[in-house]
Amino acid sequence: MSVSNENRPVAQGAPFVFNEEMKAKADMHIAKYPAGRQQSAVMPLLDLAQRQNGGWLSKEALAHVADVLGMPVMRVYEVASFYTMYNLAPVGRHFVQVCTTTPCWLRGSADVVAACEKHLGIGVGETTPDGQFTLREVECLGACVNAPVVQVADDYYEDVAATHVPGLLDALKRGETPKAGSLIGRQTSAPEGGALTLKDIPAKQGA
Amino acid sequence: MLSDKDRIFTNLYGQQDFRLAGARARGDWDGTKDILARGRDAIIEEMKKSGLRGRGGAGFPTGLKWSFMPKQSDGRPSYLVVNADEGEPGTCKDRDMMRHDPHKLIEGCLIAGFAINAVAAYIYIRGEFYREAENLQTAIDEAYAAGLIGKNACGSGYDFDVFVHRGAGAYICGEETALIESLEGKKGQPRLKPPFPAGAGLYGCPTTVNNVESIAVAPTILRRGASWFAGLGRPNNVGTKVFCISGHVNKPCNVEEEMGIPLKELIERHAGGVRGGWDNLLAVIPGGSSVPILPKSICDTVLMDFDSLKEVKSGLGTAAVIVMDKSTDVVKAIARLSKFYMHESCGQCTPCREGTGWLWRVMERMVKGNATGPEIDMLEEVTREIEGHTICALGDAAAWPVQGLIRHFRPVMEERIAAYRAGLQRTAAE
Repeated sequence: MSVSNENRPVAQGAPFVFNEEMKAKADMHIAKYPAGRQQSAVMPLLDLAQRQNGGWLSKEALAHVADVLGMPVMRVYEVASFYTMYNLAPVGRHFVQVCTTTPCWLRGSADVVAACEKHLGIGVGETTPDGQFTLREVECLGACVNAPVVQVADDYYEDVAATHVPGLLDALKRGETPKAGSLIGRQTSAPEGGALTLKDIPAKQGA
Repeated sequence: MLSDKDRIFTNLYGQQDFRLAGARARGDWDGTKDILARGRDAIIEEMKKSGLRGRGGAGFPTGLKWSFMPKQSDGRPSYLVVNADEGEPGTCKDRDMMRHDPHKLIEGCLIAGFAINAVAAYIYIRGEFYREAENLQTAIDEAYAAGLIGKNACGSGYDFDVFVHRGAGAYICGEETALIESLEGKKGQPRLKPPFPAGAGLYGCPTTVNNVESIAVAPTILRRGASWFAGLGRPNNVGTKVFCISGHVNKPCNVEEEMGIPLKELIERHAGGVRGGWDNLLAVIPGGSSVPILPKSICDTVLMDFDSLKEVKSGLGTAAVIVMDKSTDVVKAIARLSKFYMHESCGQCTPCREGTGWLWRVMERMVKGNATGPEIDMLEEVTREIEGHTICALGDAAAWPVQGLIRHFRPVMEERIAAYRAGLQRTAAE
């Protein structure tokens, strides 16, 4: 079952309210839905709360989202615990998610996971003692022709080999944001070495 | 091979500007007002004539789906919902359309929305596609600023909004009623049908749910004519399709090709061939993880379209081709898919909630060979007990890969069981 986290909501011991920036974004999301249907905004608001709260949703954050939307806290918790992208416990500063579903596995994702574990000295699902990294295996990230794929924060690193892992993780640790996309220099989803199609594009179609 | 002039997604790889100026240069938003001026019935009729079948997996005719929407409102608004919750393992085509050709999707939303008399479109994009959602939102903002959507869209007198809604990591939300539940701010658990979304969907209002690709190809079909689209491929399996070729090929890639292209040609021409050559091929999953696997003997000749793949007891699905060469532990490859379905089951229906976990546990034993011969039959039987006994098709999707494995690779499973037992006996004798 896709219960993202078996933990009950964890109290942070500090109040949570949206800051000005997040409040403005929350209002923008709420305005997308018809009057009286503001519950529809629960997913985007949980995402905003998680971003503001350092990557996880505390009991206080869930309560604040419920308050903003006029929902029972339980309904918010149901949503937060159903979807895997909401973290109900603290995570490291860099949230490293390695896809290991069959298309990535066929291209060597097991080696990528092993390289992450070795370099970080932690197992899957664990966080480094310095709080820098959390490592997780995830299900299909939907970039299968660029497998194996590793997601860090909002970015995809693609065509990842075990040999790329130390450099990638070290750069993150130094506070850099390595260039996202293919690590072997491919043009997005085109075949390696360059596109074989779309070389002769008419300026306008259907004229 | 499909020629470039017949390709719809001319910026599939993002070599050009995805923004409005680039999109216009590629022919998007060209004469959209005139298309709308043809009227609802004419647009739906043209879409029916084009023979477009839904690109999200089930292959339901798109024009027909649009025709199910009420012609006259009973006071409730109608909605268009675009399913961009792309998560079927192997599939990564909608991602390219949204990050590199978002205006095709937005123009398609306007036209489809107009045809079904919707007030707004919600594009439900999977949460992990953060950068893709950014590009899409940028394109939507541009379209509003240029008067292409919003009030009096394209000067047509029709008001239409387009919104992006990000998911948060749940494969099940790719099922249309689960997606609607999720969009309403709830857990993504599928609804019973009927009522179908065209009768009571989002907020209880008439709703059409279409895949990204189905919507994004509509403007080009209407510009170039149904006969152009219907002239590609084979009868009942027409048009172009974006294929995703992953796994053990020399050059994995996405490519738009004509429907009905032979699988072998698709792999050899576009993906650099199977690693180690065609004779090194073991098997292919031809349409995303849910469809049954095919051994090489079938891959030699099968065509990539709905009917051809159905004939060999598989399916086109999302046209995500997962290739496995002879080095693959095929039992393990399928066991990993069983784990996927266990993880993604929403937990609502007992056969799926309990069955997917059971399948995975037995499959893990099959990987080692720690089983008995009759258990293969039991495994097959349990998949039949799951299939068709759940609210949505996730139960079927979990059952089919295992059924495909048993159908084509039973000897491999039996050999492994024999080897495991022989190992046990050796250990006991020592």
